[in-house]
Amino acid sequence: MFKQARWNEPLIFNLGKAGRVGYSLPKVEDTVKKAVGDLNTLIPENMQRKKAPKLPELSEPEVVRHYMRLSEMNYGVDSGFYPLGSCTMKYNPKINETLASLPTIGMIHPNQDGSTVQGILEILYRLEGWLAELTGTDEVCLQPAAGAHGEFLGALIIRAYHKFNGETDKRREMLIPDSAHGTNPASAAMAGFNVVVVPSDEDGCVDVEALKAAVSEKTAGLMLTNPNTLGVFEKNIEEIAKIIHEAGGLLYYDGANLNPLLCKVRPGDMGFDIVHINIHKTFSTPHGGGGPGAGPVGVTRELCKFLPVPRIVFDGERYRLDYDRPYSVGKIRGFYGNVAVLLKAYAYILSMGAEGLKEAAEVSVLNANYVMHKLKSVRGLTLPYNSEKPRKHECVFSAKQLKNDTGISALNIAKRLLDYGVHAPTIYFPLIVEEALMIEPTETFEKEELDRFVEAIHKICEEAYVNPETVLKAPSNTAVQRLDEVKASHPKTMTLSWRMYLKKQNATNP
Amino acid sequence: MKRHGHPYIPNSQPEIKAEMMREIGINSTNELYADVPQKYHLKNPLNLPAEGLAEFEVKKHVENLLSKNKTCADMPVFLGAGCWPHYVPAAVKEIVQRSEFLTSYTPYQPEISQGMLQTLFEYQSMICELTAMDVANCSMYDWASALGEAARMASRVTKRNEILVPRIINPERLATLKVYTEPADIKISEIDYNRETGQLDLADLKNKISEKTAAVYIENPSYLGFIEEQIDEIARMAHTRGALLIVGVDPTSLGILRPPGDYGADIVIGEAQPLGNPMNFGGPLLGIFACRDDLNLVRQMPGRIIGLTTNVDGSQQGFCMTMQTREQHIRREKATSNICSNEALCAVASAVYMALLGPQGLRELGETIMCKANYAMRLLSRIGGVKVPVFKSAHFKEFTVNFDGVGASVKRMHERLLQTGIHGGKDVSREFPELGETALYCITEIHSQEEIELLAKTLESIVSKR
Repeated sequence: MFKQARWNEPLIFNLGKAGRVGYSLPKVEDTVKKAVGDLNTLIPENMQRKKAPKLPELSEPEVVRHYMRLSEMNYGVDSGFYPLGSCTMKYNPKINETLASLPTIGMIHPNQDGSTVQGILEILYRLEGWLAELTGTDEVCLQPAAGAHGEFLGALIIRAYHKFNGETDKRREMLIPDSAHGTNPASAAMAGFNVVVVPSDEDGCVDVEALKAAVSEKTAGLMLTNPNTLGVFEKNIEEIAKIIHEAGGLLYYDGANLNPLLCKVRPGDMGFDIVHINIHKTFSTPHGGGGPGAGPVGVTRELCKFLPVPRIVFDGERYRLDYDRPYSVGKIRGFYGNVAVLLKAYAYILSMGAEGLKEAAEVSVLNANYVMHKLKSVRGLTLPYNSEKPRKHECVFSAKQLKNDTGISALNIAKRLLDYGVHAPTIYFPLIVEEALMIEPTETFEKEELDRFVEAIHKICEEAYVNPETVLKAPSNTAVQRLDEVKASHPKTMTLSWRMYLKKQNATNP
Repeated sequence: MKRHGHPYIPNSQPEIKAEMMREIGINSTNELYADVPQKYHLKNPLNLPAEGLAEFEVKKHVENLLSKNKTCADMPVFLGAGCWPHYVPAAVKEIVQRSEFLTSYTPYQPEISQGMLQTLFEYQSMICELTAMDVANCSMYDWASALGEAARMASRVTKRNEILVPRIINPERLATLKVYTEPADIKISEIDYNRETGQLDLADLKNKISEKTAAVYIENPSYLGFIEEQIDEIARMAHTRGALLIVGVDPTSLGILRPPGDYGADIVIGEAQPLGNPMNFGGPLLGIFACRDDLNLVRQMPGRIIGLTTNVDGSQQGFCMTMQTREQHIRREKATSNICSNEALCAVASAVYMALLGPQGLRELGETIMCKANYAMRLLSRIGGVKVPVFKSAHFKEFTVNFDGVGASVKRMHERLLQTGIHGGKDVSREFPELGETALYCITEIHSQEEIELLAKTLESIVSKR
């Protein structure tokens, strides 16, 4: 059975000894020191730091050991199965890491003269072209740092488009299906839109009649994920696009679920005007415990003029950055994007080729349907929304029946799965499925691993009926036992830093 | 597909694939796409490399392209302006490549993700120590987007809609701020500066601050490298009018400069790329976001925040994401921000970096940078016609170099420098036309005395030949 490392590792503030250091800095040359003199005479008195920051004092081996131990109490795609729905936890090829750590990318400054950065500009320019081709859009901008950042940009482009047409004040409503990722409404709201929720039909797809009723001259656009968060392809996409476009709105594609469509179906061909891509999902770059990712945005010809500056342009000989774009929405961050992440995507596409990407898409769908097929027979689980329909990259089961029968919830299943050395699926999402378990196996895992997962779910649900206690007290094989997340957020106990911890300690034991 | 499948895709092996298809009762994976209308099925191959390259070929191809770049190792580069050349210790690189960290997702299941959670908690805590604030989140995309979010947060907290910013600000940061705030109907006004010193014009601040001001934003050190000295007065003016004080920082200065928490900052933002992250042509970066321990502020913060807790029976300490009711996956359109993916691994790098340096190292780093930068200023200011720095104020890591007296444009001077294998500072003459032909130079611990002297000597010879 799985057993995660359990170091009793103190906080770094409780390690080390005064006077220890873990660094060596280049020496300031004597001539330099002498010429400059006493620094205290250079820094205005009221701007000098009088009290040193209370940082820990450790030698290099202590620091390395501390973080190595902590890393052993973490779980990644390289550790095992990670079916976190909508997060596309696929393998992160090692060669991409090797390339992204080269000094020829790490040590170039974004403001360097164009003649000294032709290599990276060429890579980014080509990547833009490939991503445009893959999504069926006309131009791609690589700047957004994450999927949600791309959504924000997309919503800003929708805003700019309506402003260009003199309709800013009129078109204030962004339509979003009830199955959408939380980032969609949050991004739309950040860009100043009012969110109008569109319900799903019995197949889990956008309810077309409800959509027709929802559109009006106030409609700015529709943000849609396809396949949606149930893993179901929006079968009425043609009609949906028509409804939105006839109402004068734009159609936005949330690319979180693009993986199953690679080299099979393109958002642009389905009528989407704006598409974001999660590089850290579909294009294999690691999630790094939360980031950095990248969320490039592709748009139709008509919308290119609104993309952020600068754009990379190529005159047949040289690449350069072009800032002269009068209709651009402006800047959504500093510089040009998460370049080191984008480089990995470039290498990934090279390693895969169109043929490999298509294979990845198909196998991700095969894996999801295989797992779904095998889980259908689990007692206590149901597959809401037309259980006969094939899913694409993910499937969403409900543990509602199990909970009614045994009291064991989706959360309990998730925690017990950890004991089996499997990362839990996404739970309680999408919101339209009660006690949801959202499972996305990706193309990365072999049949044997999928079978082990299926077996684990079978066992856990059986345990729920015969021995619910085991499930309720899970996990016990992880570094810590089930945590009190309520305590972490309660104003009385909330401790968000070492400083706050000491403050609370002093308040209770003065 | 090849007989053995693709190396990244175990089930692409034809027999396994066939077995799985048999099990679910299909003959081709295309059947799983039967619900996709026929018209959308791609008929023709895309304009992409058709077949994947071998790993060796990929490596060679990418290395060849990247070798067209010239790096800080190939030539001395004196650029900063929001992304700075610093040394990244080998131990930092080692830790961020640990695949348990590298290949994990956002720690939604805390029990199996304690390593990342504790590391991020330590990052937050060390940022708090450095800035003298109580609470920090575990990362923003970068300084510019952190400023955008800070302005929106200040507006929500104060229920006011004007932000005052210094006229001397990184234009990209200002542009980002405007894009973030415009949809929320927040007005951005610029505060002028003293032409002699660069310091904020307090009379102008006094004129512009009002009951509508949500926050006063300052940067220390400023975009053009000088240290803003009137901080106590600025903080007092902001707070008297019920506005928040937002301070933007370069954290490498905080070993020697007074931290914003000491002079009344309510929100601190900044760029932590210099703490252990390579420049990477400008990304990924690492936005700092910290605030005071005040629930009205904390509840409005953007981004993920890691907190300390215990297991359910209270016997074991642990960490998890907290205050999630602020976030998009719970609050949807009412969330404080749409942030989901962030820059966690860059925060890991910065945590390791800060732990390695400790209080002494951060002080020494600050001193080294300040010493070398001031040495460079001295040498360059001796060149006839060159004015260094433009402002009579103390400077930390960056400083302005004006070529008006030489009668040459920054562009021309830099072309000449580049011909000799030196990359000059950033041309800011179009950003601040009132400063004439001015460039922003940056010196860090990686610049040696020799390189600084070479810069001075080369500039002098270019000037003297005119």
